[in-house]
Amino acid sequence: MDIPIQRSYEEINEKIRQGKAVVLRADEMTELVSSEGVKSAFKKVDVVTTGTFGAMCSSGAFINFGHTRPKMKATSVWLNDVEAYGALAAVDIYLGATQVQEDDPLNRVHPGRFRYGGGHVIEDLIAGRPVRLRAKSYGTDCYPLREYETTVTIRDLRDAFLYNPRNSYQNYNCAVNLSKRTIYTYMGILRPNMANATYSSAGQLSPLLNDPYYWTIGVGTRIFLGGAAGVVSWRGTQHNPDAPRGENGVVREGAGTIAVTGDMKEMSAEYIRGASLVGYGCSLMVGLGVPIPILNEELARFTGVSDRDIVCQVVDYGIDYPNAVNRALCELSYAELKSGRVEVQGRNIPAAPLSSYPMAVRVAENLKSWIRDGGFVLGAPQVALPSAPFPAV
Amino acid sequence: MASKNVLLIFKPNIMYRPIIYRLATEYGIIFNVLEAKILPKQEGRLILELSGTDEDLVRGIAYLEEELVQVEVLADKMHRDEERCVSCGACTAVCRTDALSIDRATMEVRFHPERCVACGLCILACPVKAMSGVSIDNENEI
Repeated sequence: MDIPIQRSYEEINEKIRQGKAVVLRADEMTELVSSEGVKSAFKKVDVVTTGTFGAMCSSGAFINFGHTRPKMKATSVWLNDVEAYGALAAVDIYLGATQVQEDDPLNRVHPGRFRYGGGHVIEDLIAGRPVRLRAKSYGTDCYPLREYETTVTIRDLRDAFLYNPRNSYQNYNCAVNLSKRTIYTYMGILRPNMANATYSSAGQLSPLLNDPYYWTIGVGTRIFLGGAAGVVSWRGTQHNPDAPRGENGVVREGAGTIAVTGDMKEMSAEYIRGASLVGYGCSLMVGLGVPIPILNEELARFTGVSDRDIVCQVVDYGIDYPNAVNRALCELSYAELKSGRVEVQGRNIPAAPLSSYPMAVRVAENLKSWIRDGGFVLGAPQVALPSAPFPAV
Repeated sequence: MASKNVLLIFKPNIMYRPIIYRLATEYGIIFNVLEAKILPKQEGRLILELSGTDEDLVRGIAYLEEELVQVEVLADKMHRDEERCVSCGACTAVCRTDALSIDRATMEVRFHPERCVACGLCILACPVKAMSGVSIDNENEI
């Protein structure tokens, strides 16, 4: 990314190695910038850490469960009766976070509970709990075994990598329900006639909201993923840098996303949780944090963004969203949303979060101590994410 | 002043007695009706917030039981597993009584069992199954 460099990656990493880097969480940077201004904050701060913790459905795990004896080319594989995709090489599978356990009644009795799915298997594995593995095949000359069943823990698996194709949405909708019945959505339970609103973003702590043009977040950026060191592996699916932006450059809706990868064997079940979204399905709650090197004053300004300066679109999930009617009722700032009461169409209604701000703080705080005390150096992006012109034209 | 949310179940044999009237006048209990479901001649279910001194509450509840009212203290019905809870806030979207509410300074979700009416909606809403208990409303039976 061609941006002015006032402080280089090498300089920052050298300070980190010497234990001299000044690292703040994004919420602390917001306070510093508002009290001392951008120039002073730029001079003082080397790295700002961000964090987010919420349900991220586009998540899953690549697992290699090791060769069996005799050998097997597994075609259908289940972990705790949750099916994983087996059409890869012999013992490689991909377990999707939203895959529901076999024989789940789904939404036949609405709203379904979706008690156990791929996300829960991922949590169980990371927590070190035993998981039942079952595999089937048609048998070949080189891979004769047709059926296999065993109990494994993550230690028995050859490899277990979290591979999430779309995480950490830069921004997200605020949801309401204009229909006349209660609806059960991935945005939580929404009461009829717009009786409540829900939203899902860490706001001023959220990774991509602190680097709105992806100057420092790209392929190769080292991150906090599920309690371990992970990496940005590509732009996320649906990544859209061309979303509308405010005068401060901050996107007003979804926009950027990242694909991330990390080693599940190093992760902690504190930061990776299976999720059951009533009436909707299974998912995975992911704790993710990105360090942002303060390479120039503009990045100090960006990371100083506050909840007051970030807005999202209020969308009706009762009628508009399911019918793909692309309409927003209004915009709200995260400061308004986090107050717990918001004005929508002249009415004052309660607003509830779905992503955990306290956990996002914990992620950013962990990442901060890794950098400050643990010598976690920053990875310069090797391939930039598609971005938008700056300043906005 | 202490307060307790209770579910009172009245069987047909006592449904038409002025029990709540006496609870207020003779035992000095201030009551607030939170929910009520009355099936004539079959059963009455009342969720009341009872306020009074600790002593009055003990005497009042003993009186209700003497009158053969089935008393369930709702604070004991719902439980939060603090290890499971991630403070996401999804439960606060449905909690009717602010028994689950957010501390705006930290955005932590706080559980105040004394405000709970055991509707069970939090059990449905919680994505990580941190809430458990017996809901009093059959529609929300988990």
